[in-house]
Amino acid sequence: MGFIERNIIPHMQIDMDTIEVSNLNRQFLFRQSHVGQSKAKVARDAVLRFMPQICITPYHANVKDPEFNVDFFKKFNVILNGLDNLDARRHVNRLCLAAEVPLVESGTTGFLGQVTVHIKGRTECYECQPKPTPKTYPVCTITSTPLKFVHCIVWAKDLLFAKLFGDRNQENDLFVHTGDGSDSGKPTDDIFERGLDEVPVQYGRKIYDHVFGYNIEVALANEETWKNRRRPRPIFLGDVLPEKLILQNGNLEKNCLTEDLSLSAMSSLGLNNPQEIWSLAENSRLFLEALRLFIERRGKDIGSLTFDKDDQLAVEFVTAAANIRASSFGIPLHSLFDAKGIAGNIVHAVATTNAIIAGLIVIEAIKVLEADFQNCRMTYCLEHPCQKMLLMPIEPFEANKSCYVCSETPLLLEVNTQTSTLRDFVDKIVKNKLGMSFPLIMQGATLIFEGGDDLEEDVAANYALNLDKVVVLTALPAPVTSGSMLTVEDLQQELSCHINIKHRSLLIVASKTFSTCNVASSKPQEKGQNLILRTSEVIQDNKRIGLMGQAGYQAVSWNQSRKSMAVTGSEPSGTRRSAFPAALRALEFLDKFVHKLHSWSQLRIALCREEFDEEKEPDRMVLLGWTTRGKESQGVSNGDNTTAAIPAAPEAINKSEEVEVAAEISRTKRKLSEMSETTEDQETFQILPDTDANNSMGPQEVEDNDYDDDLMVLDGNPEASKKRRLVIDRSQLISTSCSNDSRLRCVHSREVARTIEMLLTSEVVDSTSIVRANDSTATTWEVLHIVEFLEGPRDVIVFGIIGLLAIVSEII
Amino acid sequence: MDGEELTAQETALYDRQIRVWGVDAQKRLSKAQILVSGLNGTSVEFCKNIVLAGVGSLTLMDDRLVTEDALQANFLIPRDETVYSGRSLSELCCESLRDFNPMVRVLAEKGDLAQCEIDFLDKFDVVVVTGCSLKTKIEINEKCPCSTVSFDGLQMLALKKSDGTAECHLSYPRLEDAILIPWRNLPRKVSKLYFAMRVIEKFELSEGRNPGELSNFDLPAVLKLRKELCDAQSLNESHVPETLLERILVAGPMLYPPVCPILGGILGQEVIKAISGKGDPLKNFFYFDAADGKGVIEDISNPSSI
Repeated sequence: MGFIERNIIPHMQIDMDTIEVSNLNRQFLFRQSHVGQSKAKVARDAVLRFMPQICITPYHANVKDPEFNVDFFKKFNVILNGLDNLDARRHVNRLCLAAEVPLVESGTTGFLGQVTVHIKGRTECYECQPKPTPKTYPVCTITSTPLKFVHCIVWAKDLLFAKLFGDRNQENDLFVHTGDGSDSGKPTDDIFERGLDEVPVQYGRKIYDHVFGYNIEVALANEETWKNRRRPRPIFLGDVLPEKLILQNGNLEKNCLTEDLSLSAMSSLGLNNPQEIWSLAENSRLFLEALRLFIERRGKDIGSLTFDKDDQLAVEFVTAAANIRASSFGIPLHSLFDAKGIAGNIVHAVATTNAIIAGLIVIEAIKVLEADFQNCRMTYCLEHPCQKMLLMPIEPFEANKSCYVCSETPLLLEVNTQTSTLRDFVDKIVKNKLGMSFPLIMQGATLIFEGGDDLEEDVAANYALNLDKVVVLTALPAPVTSGSMLTVEDLQQELSCHINIKHRSLLIVASKTFSTCNVASSKPQEKGQNLILRTSEVIQDNKRIGLMGQAGYQAVSWNQSRKSMAVTGSEPSGTRRSAFPAALRALEFLDKFVHKLHSWSQLRIALCREEFDEEKEPDRMVLLGWTTRGKESQGVSNGDNTTAAIPAAPEAINKSEEVEVAAEISRTKRKLSEMSETTEDQETFQILPDTDANNSMGPQEVEDNDYDDDLMVLDGNPEASKKRRLVIDRSQLISTSCSNDSRLRCVHSREVARTIEMLLTSEVVDSTSIVRANDSTATTWEVLHIVEFLEGPRDVIVFGIIGLLAIVSEII
Repeated sequence: MDGEELTAQETALYDRQIRVWGVDAQKRLSKAQILVSGLNGTSVEFCKNIVLAGVGSLTLMDDRLVTEDALQANFLIPRDETVYSGRSLSELCCESLRDFNPMVRVLAEKGDLAQCEIDFLDKFDVVVVTGCSLKTKIEINEKCPCSTVSFDGLQMLALKKSDGTAECHLSYPRLEDAILIPWRNLPRKVSKLYFAMRVIEKFELSEGRNPGELSNFDLPAVLKLRKELCDAQSLNESHVPETLLERILVAGPMLYPPVCPILGGILGQEVIKAISGKGDPLKNFFYFDAADGKGVIEDISNPSSI
């Protein structure tokens, strides 16, 4: 990052990095002889060589250090960012806003690049558009059901590597299987202890057979998991390598005097080409050899290692382990070169794009210094011309009025306050989502939490207690419940924002009321308060229910005290559209089933979504109120140089934004997929925040042929452009009122439309409030209309309902 | 692709770009021979880019001595007068560039490109020309073997403060053929810069000026020429605005520094595409105007003749 003061003298630069060999292909101020030295200092010397008259102060430091506070920032006329991570970019953005200094922000990835100018009061700030945060994967995808190579890499790097070589006290999900309790409870940790007399090759074989063989066999025993999935194949070392080779593997001695970081298992095995995709046998040998080298040569590191993409042996181990696992799950294997890119989140970078972006940064910086703000532009550098343009300037966007960073607008957090903890809130929301380093959390005047190094010991201990005791939000000394407003501040960033809390548990999708006659109940057996029935058991209980099993119903739970029964279900993957008909079958099923249960006079059955979708909302919290504008679309990859740059399609820039949003999104999507051809596996394009996910549904809906007709019914407005507008309004309505992605769409009659609207605007409720909300029977019957309409799936299309929950409760 | 594998050293150094264009493209790059004639702010940026990218060899031609202007625009010249005095730009830049990437052969060649024989040009995969007259460019274009992809002409004018405009021409059709295409046959909405540059080019040629050797005093004569050309080509004079011509004249030979890395970057990118076979180079004129920030590609080719 560079700081430039008036007349470009003096000029300051801050960089915490040291020079690496892989920087030299584009960072032309550095030479081979500089590798390992401070970037800031070497760059200063290099620039002075051709510009001796200027004054440059280098700081080899982290820009997030407290010394670079608002007063420091105020000394400069413009800040030029060339950062490589979201966290630091957000931090600098906040300080620039607080110091009221213009910021020229930039990033590149491959042939793409982008330069933006952010000036408080004139343009949007860097955070006006939510930026995708690094992708996280559902735990069970990583531990049990990997589908892509990246899942194997994450498993190898974050679980296996961390388990074997990292801090043993760290929590590790290595042996979590699909939450069915089928874990044997065997103390697996023992496996990872190496016996005193255990030679590395024996130890390696034990680990290998355990994680690639035994564990897969255990997982296979759970039939439920594999019903709609490809079954993995357990791999034991003896099946892959002949005994002779296993023993010989441990006896190669070619790495005699190499340094730690260049110690290489592939070279000692004679595997020379990192671009080549090695066989399962080769990967198995690499696995054993890398493990052996770690034990014999780097024993002192074991217990404190974290994965580093510049650590050759670590990359080799992770590549080998990921490939063996991929082989087990029928996922294509990858070369070490590719695996390294995925594991290290390596961003593609070339000298030419950097040169172009550097030139554009200077052009913008000069405009800022001359106070020529009207002419400041946001410029995209494209790989393929768009409207004949390779460099595409766009007028800077206006500030987002709901941006929590540069406006006062409060955020809305939907969270289950009865199950979420303060630690979840601090880690997942305050630190991860809001990017605060040393947060201060208050409810009214009561201090709930304070982060930082300079706290009094007893105060810190008190907060730590709240954090660690797994206290749910409602049980805090100052209880956080639905309707609470929290104030979150970071004094260093001079940022303060308000968060309104909204409790969320279950979401009603549809409900139906039944009259029941007194039927003797065959009460299912109880297991604590809740009764869990496996699908198979349900089938045994009633033949009719076999159908339900096929539709993917997994469990029926019975709550004795509340007299309610819940059926959770999930659709077989790839059948999104048929999700709702399956829900209908669930109703049908319950209709029959409840008769057997109890002698209630009247029952209401509600179809609900689970409170949070594990795939899309792994945090189990949803932060709202900071929404993406449709007209801009930014695909962002993480890591090295990057903010880049999915250019908004230019037509949309000039035309009315609402009309074009949907079409534009589809275009952007296409571009994104083209562009990310090489990065796709890498998942550098991360899961978009919830609101984005809504938008990205757009194209599918628009492509639907019936869509316009249906909308006409909805709105009664024949004007095409208005129709399109409605699409967007509706999606916003859905995203804000349901705050979930159950996108109920495309209904056929005005009446049902109204019903859906009512459903959509209905409050988030849990099973007890379902009972309470029973007075509006009208709604119930209108819901039934929907249910009837569901018979004709052409007329009603429901997106995104994957996890379904039907709740039956007695109406009092 | 056949041929030897990249060394471990190359794999480490070029890691980030191999992730962009692949190993085969990198191998092709390392075999490419490139000639650059004329060293100014933009062409040295270009040189830097392709040396970092790891081409096989780079040959520089520019016998001029260091001037104050050259010092301002060219970051490859050492600031020490005792070092640069009496030595040509090509020698000085050659030394600095070697330092950038020891794996690339950088050579300085004496002489004038206009006098070079076909045999000499034949050695190169790409020839980049700057700072010479239209006549020379057309001649070089003529001599360059058709079998190699060549960037026959590169003309750059990086203009004064907020008036930075530039032209960079990469041709598939021969340069001569391209610029002879009647203006009325060109697609509508061709950048005004294309016409303006043709007027300026013609003016320089008829007056015997060196590229960029212009000033505001030339405006009346240039406007007269504009009228003649527009009449002859039946093009409305509004396609070649007076204000644009004036900006180009006022800037003269001056470079607006930030435009240099932009053009040098685009040019480097297109040359790399051509050599590596990874993507098609843009076709065939590129214009950048710092005043509006647009970097525009114009396809100036006669559909019938290609």
